[in-house]
Amino acid sequence: MSGKVLVITSGKGGVGKTTTTANLGTALAMMGYKVVLVDTDIGLRNLDVVMGLENRIVFDIVDVVNENCKLKQAMIKDKRFDGLYLLPAAQTKEKTAVSPHQMRSLSAELKKEFDYVLIDCPAGIEQGFKNAIAGADEALVVATPEVSSVRDADRIIGLLEAAGLAISRLIINRIRPKMVRRGDMMDIDDIIDILAIKLIGVVPEDEVIVVSTNRGEPAVIDYTSKAGEAYRRIARRLVGEEVPFMVLDYNEGLFDRFRRMLKLAAR
Amino acid sequence: MAFLDLINKLLGRDNSSKQVAKERLRLVLVHDRANTAPVDFLTALKEDLIRVISQYMEIDEEALEVTFSNSDNSVALIANIPVIKMRRAVNN
Ligand SMILES: Nc1ncnc2c1ncn2[C@@H]1O[C@H](COP(=O)(O)OP(=O)(O)OP(=O)(O)O)[C@@H](O)[C@H]1O
Ligand SMILES: [Mg+2]
Repeated sequence: MSGKVLVITSGKGGVGKTTTTANLGTALAMMGYKVVLVDTDIGLRNLDVVMGLENRIVFDIVDVVNENCKLKQAMIKDKRFDGLYLLPAAQTKEKTAVSPHQMRSLSAELKKEFDYVLIDCPAGIEQGFKNAIAGADEALVVATPEVSSVRDADRIIGLLEAAGLAISRLIINRIRPKMVRRGDMMDIDDIIDILAIKLIGVVPEDEVIVVSTNRGEPAVIDYTSKAGEAYRRIARRLVGEEVPFMVLDYNEGLFDRFRRMLKLAAR
Repeated sequence: MAFLDLINKLLGRDNSSKQVAKERLRLVLVHDRANTAPVDFLTALKEDLIRVISQYMEIDEEALEVTFSNSDNSVALIANIPVIKMRRAVNN
């Protein structure tokens, strides 16, 4: 079997890479695929807590590449979902504890066993980024609808192209329909137009993400969560299904427009 | 202020914060992309310009200058290309 290695990256920190990795991985496992999540944020590992698996770590990615343990020993099996595994980052090492060359062989190894290898990339464009993309077949670029995030995404897309990654697709995270409607947040079309990259999904701002992170249970298992729904749809697109984009309700009706004009006039 | 906003809206002049964000992004990316291009982008552009323009006129290749110029809400590409001689073109 040869699976696919997807790196989840963004440039800017804190825009939702880890959240995206956890949710897409869980959604893919729920669909019956065999998935491993690889945390490459060495020194600042987080994917373990987002997944609620932090208490089960014995070995980590640095132990694996240094052959202190077998790959199988370091991977944590998520007992809630069949076929879902986590390879945690090291917490007490530097990003340089792993090399791009080592990441390439690790990815090649994992691909033999899994349908999907999801790599959670650290923020920035330094060694950690270079490691994370080294063995990847495709990239998912996460950006929020803000100037700084889109700017960094543009830089990342350039670097991914230069590194020869064939396919990069965009996930817009934390969109707030109400703000878009009143003209205070960039819309999906604005961002795609600027970045000139294919969109694979839009995830709304959702309190459930915070709650689910508190509990260590990805939002995709909550069928009332809009963000969860968005991630499940992205997972289906990843496996090649045609799935319509979620309606996030920002087409204002005539009444809304009228009310907004009145409000504008009264300000 | 509100009245002005309304007029702007009706005239299709949008200065919502989203519009401002888009404009700022557009301009900052002109610079980012030029500065991070793998080859020296302006040098490559100069060579291309020389090749194209030389088909029409003889120019002073040494003195040719290409730069970006910034103003508040636009970036312009400024080329200063001294012409030495026109090629003779005949209508037929
Ligand atoms: N759609 C969303 N709605 C609400 N909160 C969100 C959403 N996406 C992410 N967050 C929150 O944003 C914060 C940052 O998310 P996350 O850790 O996934 O980002 P990151 O890109 O991995 O950050 P880093 O660069 O530090 O690794 C978290 O607190 C997370 O709960
Ligand atoms: Mg992270």
